[in-house]
Amino acid sequence: MELNEQEKLLVSVIADGLPLVPRPFAEIGRFVSMDEDAVIRSLSNMVAGGIIKRFGLIVRHHELGYRANAMTVWDIPDDRVADIGRSFGQADCVTLCYRRPRRLPDWPYNLFCMVHGREREAVLEQIEQLARSMGLEDAPRDVLFSGRRFKQRGAHYDATPETLERTA
Amino acid sequence: MNDLTKNLLDEFQRDFPMTARPYAAIAERLEASEDDVIEALKGLHEQGTLSRVGAVIQTGTVGHSTLAAMSVPSDRLDEVATIVSGFDAVNHNYEREHHLNLWFVITAENADAVDGVIAEIIRLTGIKVLNLPMLDNYHLDLGFRLQWN
Repeated sequence: MELNEQEKLLVSVIADGLPLVPRPFAEIGRFVSMDEDAVIRSLSNMVAGGIIKRFGLIVRHHELGYRANAMTVWDIPDDRVADIGRSFGQADCVTLCYRRPRRLPDWPYNLFCMVHGREREAVLEQIEQLARSMGLEDAPRDVLFSGRRFKQRGAHYDATPETLERTA
Repeated sequence: MNDLTKNLLDEFQRDFPMTARPYAAIAERLEASEDDVIEALKGLHEQGTLSRVGAVIQTGTVGHSTLAAMSVPSDRLDEVATIVSGFDAVNHNYEREHHLNLWFVITAENADAVDGVIAEIIRLTGIKVLNLPMLDNYHLDLGFRLQWN
């Protein structure tokens, strides 16, 4: 699905959030020169086409008490990484699961799983269970817990000034 | 947290109603008023629990992004983190417990723009940046199932 310029602008505005007013799509439309129906239709198409993975409330885990956030990284043979990644990606405790390149010698890991939990011990146990489920107890891995959060917000996709009036 | 708030968090991280008055549609499902729903969402936003009501975009379909990591001496971490966060293209920036202790996501219009941000960070800090773009995504994002105590 290719996006035209107007749809790209719509994505960049919507990534920042929907206003908390009774007719939010009409308000979004004013900023991207589309009418309310066109905004709704266009966004629905993007959800159906997979460009929008999810539309809804986007929560901050940390503020909900999920303070232990572990980026778990594994060095998995290339011919097994897709199977293992798909299996990990379906686990309830996993919120992201990506393959990324190794950068030797600095970085030997090619599979990244984000695991969120309330307590560090519980997260480590979940990671151990993930490893056992695929027979990976001995696979090289590392767990990087998050420390300070310096910045967190939705992605901006272009240099459009933040014209959207924030309502909340 | 009251029941309306919990129900909002449980049921509307996905499948948000794509209708002209979405908060009224949510209110109908949760047997509340449109105003109650809007006020509850504003409350969640003010307390920081709700980042936003919005879209999670599939990485790589719009714009270009990457995960980057740096190994920053601990006495320079604040300074370097501030430089990195100062880029509009950087949307997440975390400390992590590892010798690679600063991790951030860069999102820009195209790969060249992402590379430009990386080059600029290296120039400003004198520290190497590992560039780890996503190659495959194995997780279908359905929102996060919260466990209420």
